[in-house]
Amino acid sequence: MYKYDKIDQTIINERVDQYRDQIRRYLAKELTDDEFRPLRLQNGLYIQRHAPMLRIAVPYGLLSSTQLRKLGDITKKYDKGYGHFSTRQNLQLNWPKLEDTPDILAELATVEMHAVQTSGNCIRNITTDQFAGVAPDEIIDPRAVAEIMRQWSTFHPEFALLPRKFKIAVSGTRQDRAIVQVHDIGLEFYKDTLGKMAIKVWVGGGLGRTPILGTVIREHLEWQYILTYCEAIIRVYNLHGRRDNAFKARIKILVKALGIDEFRRQVDAEWVHLKDGPNTITEAELARVAKHFEPMPYESLPDTDASFDAAISNNPAFAAWTKRCVHPHKQPGYRAVTLSLKPHGHPPGDITCEQMHVVANLADQYSFGELRSSHEQNLILADVKLSDLYAVWEKARAAGLATPNIGLLTDIICCPGGDFCSLANAKSIPIAEAIQTQFDNLDYLHDIGDIELNISGCMNACGHHHVGHIGILGVDKDGSEWYQVTIGGKQGNDASLGTVIGPSFSANEMPGVVQKLIDVYIQQRTDEERFIDTVRRIGVDPFKTHVYAK
Amino acid sequence: MSQLIALKNGAASTIEDDWLLVKLPQTHVEERKQAGKVVLFKLTGEQTVTPEQITNTTIPASGKVILPLKVFLANQKTLQARIGKGEIGVWLATHEILEDLTNALPDLNTLPIIAIFVERFADGRIFSLGNLLRTRYGYKNTLRSFGDVLRDQLFFQKRSGFDQFVIRADRSANDAITSLNDFSAPYQGAADDSRPAFQRYNRGA
Repeated sequence: MYKYDKIDQTIINERVDQYRDQIRRYLAKELTDDEFRPLRLQNGLYIQRHAPMLRIAVPYGLLSSTQLRKLGDITKKYDKGYGHFSTRQNLQLNWPKLEDTPDILAELATVEMHAVQTSGNCIRNITTDQFAGVAPDEIIDPRAVAEIMRQWSTFHPEFALLPRKFKIAVSGTRQDRAIVQVHDIGLEFYKDTLGKMAIKVWVGGGLGRTPILGTVIREHLEWQYILTYCEAIIRVYNLHGRRDNAFKARIKILVKALGIDEFRRQVDAEWVHLKDGPNTITEAELARVAKHFEPMPYESLPDTDASFDAAISNNPAFAAWTKRCVHPHKQPGYRAVTLSLKPHGHPPGDITCEQMHVVANLADQYSFGELRSSHEQNLILADVKLSDLYAVWEKARAAGLATPNIGLLTDIICCPGGDFCSLANAKSIPIAEAIQTQFDNLDYLHDIGDIELNISGCMNACGHHHVGHIGILGVDKDGSEWYQVTIGGKQGNDASLGTVIGPSFSANEMPGVVQKLIDVYIQQRTDEERFIDTVRRIGVDPFKTHVYAK
Repeated sequence: MSQLIALKNGAASTIEDDWLLVKLPQTHVEERKQAGKVVLFKLTGEQTVTPEQITNTTIPASGKVILPLKVFLANQKTLQARIGKGEIGVWLATHEILEDLTNALPDLNTLPIIAIFVERFADGRIFSLGNLLRTRYGYKNTLRSFGDVLRDQLFFQKRSGFDQFVIRADRSANDAITSLNDFSAPYQGAADDSRPAFQRYNRGA
């Protein structure tokens, strides 16, 4: 993974000093709440219901074991001994003290980490596929360019105070796993007819109050121009985005209002001036950064292992786990492993300090000392030998990290919701827990098969409910908490936004509602159909009818 | 105590202001709401200056003055001699169209100073405007920010091409100076130095 040089480290150290002084001035009342807000947000610091929340950046979801141990130790020293992985691959602390946050940043800086631009109206952490670099369907590993873009976007002076937040996702696989179509800019890497790395650029996607899938603004962009082209897009947005109304301030609204053709014309008019400028990425810079993402020093192995095969046939629990939590790998004899942060009855994405240490040790022992976080809020060991899977499973299981539910109904994507977040209209974690309890039978879950259930506690959509096969949105009706249900949303190349099935439900109705949706699916499905396929084939009505039947 | 910070050859200090900023006459503005909230930012290109405000603006007969963009445009012909003497500067607000100014002058550098008014800290349009003036329109003279200018914008403003900053009256300009150097070696190319870090330094291979 990328290692800081003196320049990277200096910037992060200077950031700690700058932030420490901002906190000092705020506590000394030299900054008002209003003046402090954009400053703290650009450092991922929210003032929440019970305590501040600090969001720590995990650039494109990649972590070293050293970093994870440090994160664990920070949760112990400054928080309540656990953290929460978010749907943007970052780690959130729910209970830090405001006055401790500069010290937390200083500790993070010792392991090349920070909280820069994890919130606020600026370019946020760039996200990608958790299997980048190891996925068999990968065409281009996008992480080197993602790192170059991280550096470019860090304290970008022109884009420090945009009309609204700005999220970029990158993907280099045949099957998109980074939901590039729901980002302000989505970058899809591919090889062009000359065999060169090129990028298809999507713009104006986003969830939130007005969910919109992105539109292709450019089919073919040479990689050298990615910074200058993004600068052109974001400059047009910075100058013309709707600053008068926060609900209409995202780039998606501007793109819709102008139409993609006019928006493209304006971007191209800017880009002419920027195209071959100094921010054009050089071959040398790409090579320098790409060196950090070279394949691991794999052993040459056959793609089968007798001890693994034996364990599969002798141990149904291990077999169930491999079926859901073990993923194919580019390199023969290796697999990627998802460690589930979705044990039934616990807040999705939460992980304790002790578990972080277990995962760090597993990474050191079995996966070259690295791991990834996914937007589905799980952790991934990307490079595990087939012959080590059983040992990894045993240790993960002992630490509560081996629930074999990845991609199943209880692998719920869920924001912190009303239990923590001051923006939320309703709680989301108890809904997730109630659904997990309702479906706490692994055989049944496996029978239901691949399905994505996403929960957001408000229309800001941190839980990505619009692209859940089943989406649940917390809404506020006259001061009480209700839940609106959508079905038919999907991430991936054929992304779609869910359709609302009807009037909303109370919290205690929700497990029953999900049960009814599943019942319709079980009844209607053909042999090979996943839930989403059935919804797409038969439409929303049969589900609606059954759910609302008297 | 002066509120004006000037950067000269990389060194910043507070200086006395030898320009007179001409403001538009006050006018009653209706409070507007969007989605239940008071609108805090004007839309880019929104017409906010009335013809009465333009005609009622008194341009001092002599001395160095910074005029509102609309007043400057309305009086450009009669100001020719003073423009020639370098007595006329122009200011515009972040929601005004920069090209209204650049299109009106064959050579932008006949203006010794351009100032940008930022009504609210969080309005980042000022950075794009500065950048465009320096990189697109080749403006080489003094570029000043004023309004809700606080120390935590200064580093970004400097990188966006500004070399003078009028700190909001209730804050110390001397304290603010420190923040011009919050970062010693930024990553990306910008108006102050077009080279990104990978062009400025040998970062090894």
